[in-house]
Amino acid sequence: MKVWGLHLAVLALLAVGAVILPDYHQGVVARAMVLAVFAMGYNIAFGYTGLLSLGHAMFFAAGMYGMGMAVQHGGASGALGLLAGLIAAAGLAAIVGALALRAAGVAFMIVTLMFAQAIHLSIFLFGDWTRSDEGFVLQGAARQPFGIDLTQAEPRYWAAFALFALVFLATLLLARSGFGRTLVAIRENEARAGMLGYDTFRLKWTALLISGVISGAAGACYGLFFGYVGAGFASVQYSILPLLWVLLGGAGTVIGPIIGTLFMTYLIDIASGITTAYMLIAGAALLLLALFAPQGLAGEIRRRFAGWLP
Amino acid sequence: MSLLKTEGLTRHFSGLTAVDDVSLAIEPGEVRALIGPNGAGKTTLVSLLCGRIEPSEGRIWFRDEEITNWPAHRRIKAGMAYTFQITSIFARLSALENVSIAGRAVGRGAEARQILERVGLGAEADRLAGEMAYGHQRLLEIAMGLVQGPELLILDEPTQGLSDTEIEGFEALVRELTPATTVLLIEHNMNVVMAVADSVTVLDQGRVLAEGTPETIRADRSVQAAYLGSG
Repeated sequence: MKVWGLHLAVLALLAVGAVILPDYHQGVVARAMVLAVFAMGYNIAFGYTGLLSLGHAMFFAAGMYGMGMAVQHGGASGALGLLAGLIAAAGLAAIVGALALRAAGVAFMIVTLMFAQAIHLSIFLFGDWTRSDEGFVLQGAARQPFGIDLTQAEPRYWAAFALFALVFLATLLLARSGFGRTLVAIRENEARAGMLGYDTFRLKWTALLISGVISGAAGACYGLFFGYVGAGFASVQYSILPLLWVLLGGAGTVIGPIIGTLFMTYLIDIASGITTAYMLIAGAALLLLALFAPQGLAGEIRRRFAGWLP
Repeated sequence: MSLLKTEGLTRHFSGLTAVDDVSLAIEPGEVRALIGPNGAGKTTLVSLLCGRIEPSEGRIWFRDEEITNWPAHRRIKAGMAYTFQITSIFARLSALENVSIAGRAVGRGAEARQILERVGLGAEADRLAGEMAYGHQRLLEIAMGLVQGPELLILDEPTQGLSDTEIEGFEALVRELTPATTVLLIEHNMNVVMAVADSVTVLDQGRVLAEGTPETIRADRSVQAAYLGSG
């Protein structure tokens, strides 16, 4: 009860945002909600299963380019493009998972990083179609899936909210399910989980697949919602960001990713209004958090007040 | 038909032969104790049996299926359970969650609670496993083995660190389990071995030194020599 109450309250708060937020902040929060979906996807691999990937930008990019290529060159509608993005991300996650999960720990980090670099460079390799760093802008006609006009701020906010709510509730169900608890068992002690009869490889692969598909959904929607597809989203920066958001908000918590994403977005937003050295302020804030709330904001709340937080 | 059988089981670790040509057969319903001096290869042997490590040579059968090349999780699903010598619980989860995860039926709390009661941890169900006393963590290990309802329960030094009363409770528990469950027990405490084992296998330098009832093993001179180091 408490659990559902809290998570529905978070959704209600974000829904109210559509009405009360001024235009500028509506745009910022809409963007943060889509990126929080990316973070939630990352959280399933890192926070729940303990898979520290340094290459999740490749799944975000697979979703974004799967959608973008289908729309730009395949003449697909926006809705069909989203589907193409999901399929691209799922296929990539299935293959990368099968190969990268043969490694563990630091080796897994390196392998995922290398795969992501390979994907990033492939975008340049096929620059004739992808337009490389410059990227391409999606035409307005494609950005009206299911009759929602994503070129307008308010429907875009609601679309971002719908995507966020869907993944948020799905993560909550997953975290509380037997499967989710098994992933936590693997995170806590993989050897032991194997000796309890769990096929840990298959479970980790499934977790990475779910994580990749959610990250891909975020990438596809980001491209469609904001009308731009570019190689920057495949760079290493976009592998590190979800890790930061999740760490800040609280790894292995359902509400952590949105907290971390909003916090970081506004930290940079406000700091850049004060000084051009805004990354310095962001860095200092991160240091303070790492020192005083090493388990992230939601993780710290769980540790101190609310052990029931999923 | 034996429940578990090995033939010529051998494991080398870069030059060292930890388990050397071990052939043994464990009958359904028995409590078999595995004893031997430190470094005799007991833990290596059971690790081979449950699939934590691969044998260099030899074969293993469980019931009438050859399992030599099965991964650990498949052996566990087939009806083996293994409790670790070094306590290996999920420290940041509650005792109850540990047991339900071990039972591969996460969420079905009632059964897990019963098992905890049975090993005497009923009152600690909701405590974080990592915060429990060491002896209680050992009991939790045993509960995690029991909840799987295994045909073969392998216990690696389960009484290490338990108090005398807890050891008595453990002995009663093992007697209660048989003959429905077959137990392979690695044990240093000879009193426990004498109290619960139907038969004993003695391992020394990776080889089977002797095998028989607890009484004959106690009287065996070569066993005494291996333990006491006298010729």
